[in-house]
Amino acid sequence: MIRNFHSVRLDPEKCKGCTNCIKRCPTEAIRVHDGKATIIEERCIDCGECIRACPNHAKFAVTDELDKLAAYKYNIALPAPSFFGQFKNQEHIEDILHAFLRLGFDDVFEVALAAEIVADIVHRHLLNDRVKKPLFSSACPAVLRLMQIKFPDLLHQCAPVLTPMEVAARLAKEEAVKKTGFSYEEIGTFFISPCPAKVTEVKHPIATKSSAVDGVIGANIIFKDIRKGIFRPDGISRSSKLQRATSLGMAWGFVTGESKNVNSGRALAVSGIHNVISLLDEVERGELQDVDFLELQACTGGCVGGPLNVTNLFVGRVRLRDLINRFGSKEPFFNKNKLIEFYDHGQFDATEPFQPRFLMPLDEDVSQALIKMERLDQITNDLPGLDCGACGSPSCRAFAEDVIRGIAIETDCVIKLKEKVKMLSDGILDLARVIPSASSDNPKQE
Amino acid sequence: MPTDNLQFTPHIKLEFKINEKDFFVAGESASRVKKTLQQLGLHQDIIKKVAIIIYEAAMNVAIHGNHGMLRIYIDPESILVETDDEGDGIPDIELAMQEGYSTATHEIREMGFGAGMGLFNIDQCSDELHIDSKVGTGTKLQAKVYLRKKDSISDP
Repeated sequence: MIRNFHSVRLDPEKCKGCTNCIKRCPTEAIRVHDGKATIIEERCIDCGECIRACPNHAKFAVTDELDKLAAYKYNIALPAPSFFGQFKNQEHIEDILHAFLRLGFDDVFEVALAAEIVADIVHRHLLNDRVKKPLFSSACPAVLRLMQIKFPDLLHQCAPVLTPMEVAARLAKEEAVKKTGFSYEEIGTFFISPCPAKVTEVKHPIATKSSAVDGVIGANIIFKDIRKGIFRPDGISRSSKLQRATSLGMAWGFVTGESKNVNSGRALAVSGIHNVISLLDEVERGELQDVDFLELQACTGGCVGGPLNVTNLFVGRVRLRDLINRFGSKEPFFNKNKLIEFYDHGQFDATEPFQPRFLMPLDEDVSQALIKMERLDQITNDLPGLDCGACGSPSCRAFAEDVIRGIAIETDCVIKLKEKVKMLSDGILDLARVIPSASSDNPKQE
Repeated sequence: MPTDNLQFTPHIKLEFKINEKDFFVAGESASRVKKTLQQLGLHQDIIKKVAIIIYEAAMNVAIHGNHGMLRIYIDPESILVETDDEGDGIPDIELAMQEGYSTATHEIREMGFGAGMGLFNIDQCSDELHIDSKVGTGTKLQAKVYLRKKDSISDP
């Protein structure tokens, strides 16, 4: 297995070496060298911004395929709330859920149902005066990964609870063990994902030692089959009721849904990774003391804007809203006592602390690092400051750092190269002027 | 004192101009310096302290100081944050250091600033703090954070 698994990858065949992705990457994790983009793995947070930015579709997300179901005796689909907004004809939620059974899954467990449990746990955390505010949502793995790199000192303010995906997988397995008699390992759980960061999250979970999710299937991979399954008339009727999540859990599919469900008086919801960064900058400076809960979503619009979804985010949002209004169950599946039991039992609490991920400093030794930093400043000042990206680094400053770290040379900058060429050609001209003619006894002197 | 011989120790200086009522430069400079300190591999507690000092000190200049300069000196021993302004000066520094004490105008308070936490926070975050102020002339603030905690205890 790859030590640092990343879902977001590059197809070198399709990459034309343009600079669209390097400029959009929120952690400056991409460089273009020798006409191809490369992802610096230690910086990548799998947010998928580059997938959206790439005009050549060279960036893609690795997810599992349906053939992985064969490895388990009993398979459960865990569709993300945003998945239900992907369909054009506003099918009944129940029909979409049943389509998973037609596709070969043995059961479906809505992640929205687990989201309602998570919201209740977070709500109870917020009632505790000792919990430092604002408390951050820990549901978006791309945001958590961003914080590990760029805002390490805010990590302790993330809600110490598992993601709805993780809670869904655990509950689904528990239920299935009781229902079928199969062992925990014989049951496969598959998250139907709008999000590449969730794929990475399952391989390298942040809040828990190991994930109960056995596979992550991209919404883009399964969408067509599910759409077909909705219309295929066969033996599986709608008599069995699969839909259990209420509109509250379903609304996690778009931004503000989570904070509404958490139901804290003073909540703020932000979506789009660059907006999240500006907001966290403010929080880090100690502003925003009048907010209790921060819902942070890496994708614009929330999960409906996920890079693996097939429908435009605004369209998806409207459809999901409409679906919720029409078919959303109003009666919560878990009653208040059951929710309190989940909270008290602590089975869905994060078991691992949210740890920072430190990027390589310029040097291990502070004195050496300072010397390199001085040089870095010098190089930056000498650069044109256009941030054009033609060198393959996202900005002049990042380029100077690449030079210091030895992964770029100064003449990778086209302006610098032009200056060098001019100097060289001037030198050649000068030389040509002073070269004595072979026949002359008195070389011409200037 | 090795820190006094700046020309023999590697060091960097960052400089920002603060204009009157420029409430953005405080945040911007704090973010810039934060990034620099991360690249230098400094501990996140130190980075956080320095970021708070910069933000609060720069805000003080923007609110009270007419205009001025913010300078940050980094060497292997410590980080010095310095602001120089040409404002009204602080008549009673001890009073100004108190938590919640503020002379900010109503207008500035309405904008959400001037809560009287600035100097208090700076004091909390720095290992050494010098304020030199002349009423009517201006204020010079120097806040130092040591990079090595143990050294600071033996240092008189």
